[in-house]
Amino acid sequence: MSKKVRIPTPLRKLTNNEELVEINAATIGEALIELQTRFPGIQERLVDDKGEVRRFVNVYVNEEDIRFLKNRETPLKDGDEISIIPAIAGG
Amino acid sequence: MKALKCRECGREYPLEATHVCEFDFGPLEVAYDYERIKKSLTRAAIESRPKTMWRYRELLPIAGEPTVGPLVGFTPLVKAPRLAKALGIRELYVKNDAVNYPTLSFKDRVVSVALSRAKELGFETVACASTGNLANSVAANAASAGLKSYVFIPSDLEQGKILNSLIYGANVICIKGHYDEVNRLCAEIAGKFGWAFVNVNMRPYYAEGSKSMAYEIAEQLGWRAPQHTIVPMASGSLLTKIHKGYQELVKVGLIADSQPKIYGAQATGCSPISTAQRAGLDFFKPVKPDTIAKSLAIGTPADGFYALKVMRETNAAADDVTDDEIRNAIKLLAETEGIFAETAGGVTVGVAKKLIASGKIPRDSSAVICVTGNGLKTLDAVQGHCGKPREIKPSLREFEALLAQEEKVNA
Repeated sequence: MSKKVRIPTPLRKLTNNEELVEINAATIGEALIELQTRFPGIQERLVDDKGEVRRFVNVYVNEEDIRFLKNRETPLKDGDEISIIPAIAGG
Repeated sequence: MKALKCRECGREYPLEATHVCEFDFGPLEVAYDYERIKKSLTRAAIESRPKTMWRYRELLPIAGEPTVGPLVGFTPLVKAPRLAKALGIRELYVKNDAVNYPTLSFKDRVVSVALSRAKELGFETVACASTGNLANSVAANAASAGLKSYVFIPSDLEQGKILNSLIYGANVICIKGHYDEVNRLCAEIAGKFGWAFVNVNMRPYYAEGSKSMAYEIAEQLGWRAPQHTIVPMASGSLLTKIHKGYQELVKVGLIADSQPKIYGAQATGCSPISTAQRAGLDFFKPVKPDTIAKSLAIGTPADGFYALKVMRETNAAADDVTDDEIRNAIKLLAETEGIFAETAGGVTVGVAKKLIASGKIPRDSSAVICVTGNGLKTLDAVQGHCGKPREIKPSLREFEALLAQEEKVNA
């Protein structure tokens, strides 16, 4: 079994409208690189020029915000589901 | 309205139901033609219109006339001399959205804009992620507009707030989790169903409704911005929009630029923005909320970054108060001014007290406190904390005995 990434609407043009993408990466940082290899251009949408996840992007592993885990170092195991969600919502 | 524009990179998008930039995920905001608005929107024109927030129609993002919530807004700006004395400040006003129409919170402002715009865009189902007040307002306004509604709330909300959505026939979905989890789920649902989520895909229009609170305050003060405005912060959106509201009035020539300061109030049990502000940071660390101020319990505030920016730029500050301080402030406002605010109002009054005591708001100045919701909806929070009625038989003798007892206690 691998891990799944849920792609938000604004990025689906880059994934040929694929909503759920399977990956093999072992951490969130690696997952971003793997996505970039498969869908060129996706990484710059998600991280800034310092390599940090953009201010307006929230990343979750199994519904937990990675800022409550280990940010980019957050480990991934088989069956994990990663969600990328625009931070600007609610309130 | 000219277009939707990314606040970060400036890219423009058509005026549709969309809320983030495809390139950097920055928030989209409505862009206006202020030069054109300036020509027609005069003080006289505004004053000749009905007393609702729609008297500032040109500065609100709908294309035609409002079709949902035409009577919302223009709530009282109450001069509060007794509270001013208690807090030790020269002059104080309470902007009282606890009596907003129809659901007794400032959310009626944003919802009437969002649903009017949703109808313009052809939606038939509306939805929201809410800590309570927003759900009430979406439910009520959708009912009167003949729209179908889904409201998503954390399952631990006050009973009053849950009932206040159910009564209108809305589909109320309780989520086992805190608001940030409700919000994340709604962002995913909004991407999947073709609904108008007022604070997700309709957020650029929705959020603009909050500006009307600033327009009203300025007009009610005789066309000037107050020196200090104290605003409760959940997502931080209201604070940024009150600032924008004052700035726009300057831009279209309705008030002078007096450099108003905008202060933020949070509950200590959920204070990501005020903690960052006091530490001098321009970013916040998300938290897991634990406070009686459930309407403000957002641990990952969408506009936290911009709220910090406004406070920095206006040279203002933020602070937070504990659950006990919130209850005491609710009582203080009620006992001095006869206004029963919900927990968020207790937060704002409590923080105003701290900011004045610490000198961050000077004693010899004038301030406006924004009360955004009604105490009748959060009775659970003060139950058992405001005394008990005394019971007697219908007998004059018993009443006289009770009074005599009381005089003895007070002597």
